[in-house]
Amino acid sequence: MDGAQAEPSEASAGGIPRLRTPAGDSAIDTSVCGEPDCQAALHELDVFLDDELSDGARASIRHHLDECPECLSAFDFHAELKQVIHDKCLNDEMPAGLLSRIERCFDTDFDGDGRIG
Amino acid sequence: MADQADFAEQAMQYAPQLYSAAMRMTRNRADAEDLVQEAYLKGFRSFHTFTEGTNLRAWLFRILTNTYINKYRAKQRRFDETDLDDVEDLYLYKRMSTAGDPSLGRSAEDSLMTILPDDEVKQALEALPDNFRMPVLLADVEGFAYKEIAEILDIPIGTVMSRLHRGRKAMQKALHDYAVANGIIRGEPDDTTETDEASAPVG
Repeated sequence: MDGAQAEPSEASAGGIPRLRTPAGDSAIDTSVCGEPDCQAALHELDVFLDDELSDGARASIRHHLDECPECLSAFDFHAELKQVIHDKCLNDEMPAGLLSRIERCFDTDFDGDGRIG
Repeated sequence: MADQADFAEQAMQYAPQLYSAAMRMTRNRADAEDLVQEAYLKGFRSFHTFTEGTNLRAWLFRILTNTYINKYRAKQRRFDETDLDDVEDLYLYKRMSTAGDPSLGRSAEDSLMTILPDDEVKQALEALPDNFRMPVLLADVEGFAYKEIAEILDIPIGTVMSRLHRGRKAMQKALHDYAVANGIIRGEPDDTTETDEASAPVG
C-alpha cells in the first residue's frame, strides 16, 4: 500500500498550504502555511513585530501579508499578544511614599563622606 | 558630564516603569521598593558618568538590572543559566487560532486582552528563568530595542534575540496551560496526556 500514510510532504510538493495538522498528530507541523514565502515571513515574525528589520525586509514582509491571510492572521495574533504582555505587566501601582522616600535620599549623606548620596 | 543637581528632575519620571520592572524581577513589593530605591541612589551617585544626550531610561534600567542581579542573585551564580524546555514555534497561536478549526480555539469575539487575566500574564513572565525573563521584560514590557537590551544586559544581540524567542515561547506555553486548565480553550490530546496512541502510525 504505497502512499497509505499521508505524508505531510504532499503539502509542500503540491503547494497546498496546510493550516493545521489534524489533532493527534504526534508532531505538529512547525509551519502554519506550507509555502516557502510563508516560511520566510514567519521566520522573521519576532524581528518584524519588534520593529528591528531593515526597510527592505520590512516591505517585503508587508507585501507578503497583503497577499496571505494565513500569515496575516499569525502576525496579528502575536502583535496582539505582545500588546497584552506590555499592558498587563506594566500596570503596577507604585506604593505611596516611594517617590518621596527616593528623593529624600538625594539630600542625605549616607556614607558619611561629607557628600550627599 | 551630567550635573547631579539635575538628576531628580530628569530621572524620576521613569520611576513607575522601574517599579513595575522591579516587581517582575523580585516578584514582591517590599523587595521591588528596595530595589528601585537602591537603583536610584546608585544612579544619583554615579550621574557624573552619564553622558548627556544618551538614553537616560536605558542607563537607569542597566543600573536596576545590575543591582537586581548582584543583590538578589548573589547567592547563586552571577547569571542564572537555567534552561528552558523546547517549545515549538507559534505554540499558542496554533492552539488558539480560529483560522484552522474554530472548535479547537477561542471564539472569534474573545480578545486575548479579555481572556488572559493580568495576574496570569505577570505570572507567566515571572516564572521564566532570569536569563530569559530579562530580555522579554525589556523588549515586550519596556519596549527597548535589541541593541539597548544587549547593552543593558551586557550580552551579544544574537543572544538577546534567541533568548527573547525562547522566553516568549515558554510564556506562550504557560498561558496555554492556564487557558486549558480554565476551560478557555480545549486542550488537544497530546497536551493533556503523555501517551498519544491515537496518532501513532508506527507498528
